[in-house]
Amino acid sequence: MMLAVNLFLWVVVGVLGFMAAMRGTHLFRASARESIIEFLRLIPRIALGVIGSGFIADAMPQDLIVPWIGPQSGMLGVAIATIGGGATSGGPVVGFSIAAAALKGGAGAPQVIAFVTAWSLFSIQRIIGWEIPAMPPRVVWLRAAVSVPLPFIAAAGAMLLAKP
Amino acid sequence: MPGKRRRKPFDFSTALVFAISAISGLTVYLREGSERFFAIFRSDVLLFGNMMPKMLAGCLIGGFVTLLLPREMVARLVGAESGLLGLLIATATAAVLPGGPFTIYPVAGAFLGIGADAGTAIAFITSWMLLGYNRALVWELPFFGPDFVLWRIVVCLPLPFLAGILGRAAIRAFALRMESAPESSPGNSA
Repeated sequence: MMLAVNLFLWVVVGVLGFMAAMRGTHLFRASARESIIEFLRLIPRIALGVIGSGFIADAMPQDLIVPWIGPQSGMLGVAIATIGGGATSGGPVVGFSIAAAALKGGAGAPQVIAFVTAWSLFSIQRIIGWEIPAMPPRVVWLRAAVSVPLPFIAAAGAMLLAKP
Repeated sequence: MPGKRRRKPFDFSTALVFAISAISGLTVYLREGSERFFAIFRSDVLLFGNMMPKMLAGCLIGGFVTLLLPREMVARLVGAESGLLGLLIATATAAVLPGGPFTIYPVAGAFLGIGADAGTAIAFITSWMLLGYNRALVWELPFFGPDFVLWRIVVCLPLPFLAGILGRAAIRAFALRMESAPESSPGNSA
């Protein structure tokens, strides 16, 4: 599975890289270099989040997580996770660290999906910092309003389509 | 405050995660001993190490797609199509479009500016948030591993389309007006 994913991704990289190189070697090189620099910049932050979430999960008392958003918490747990996700501000390191820590600490997978979905859709920092300045505010509010059911639908889908 | 944020490898959020992680790590070490501490450390370092080639691939794909698919082209592609097909195109395009909020929102603003409806913009943004391969590959994968991420994406697959339909239905049901002067969106479409 892992090998197949890796292989597929690098085939895509190869094909796109070839297409980019057809546009000109100079463009290709600049683009590749920029991407690698971006990758190097990301490493410390993501490594910190991934390793940190393991410790956070272990340090957090399990009897706090499991009854609220554990696998048996059902739709109430999904609602709690949705509110938590919507209330979580901060970038991907914060959001994914919390979600991964919760999952490792005993939260149910559908509840974690609800959390990640809600956090992705409603992060207030992103709405105010990025979305409102670039888009008509009415469209932004409409988007937020129609997005309310989505974390619940995602969690329900996750319950139906049990994790492999 | 945004804009600048991406340039620095460490920002406030990262510092906060660092502080909480350090406290948690110390708690684990003191409470459960060094063996447990290093067992957790090793397994997470391994997870992260396994994901690094995929993250690098994600960054490279992002760079090449940005080069091959200019934003103006995307705005024209998505803005030109209406109806259900428009929602599908918006969903598919946003899922493969790399970049962060600083590229996505201006593109959505631009195709609203050239006449796309709000439902299309909603599907586009929702798709980027939930299905965007770039975020999944570079950010989400190292935390959760491929099984969980793939599963989450499959579950979320219909949601952008649904959000777009809901948006259109709401506009019709409540006779909302969305075409108010797009004061901040033009300029990107030029």
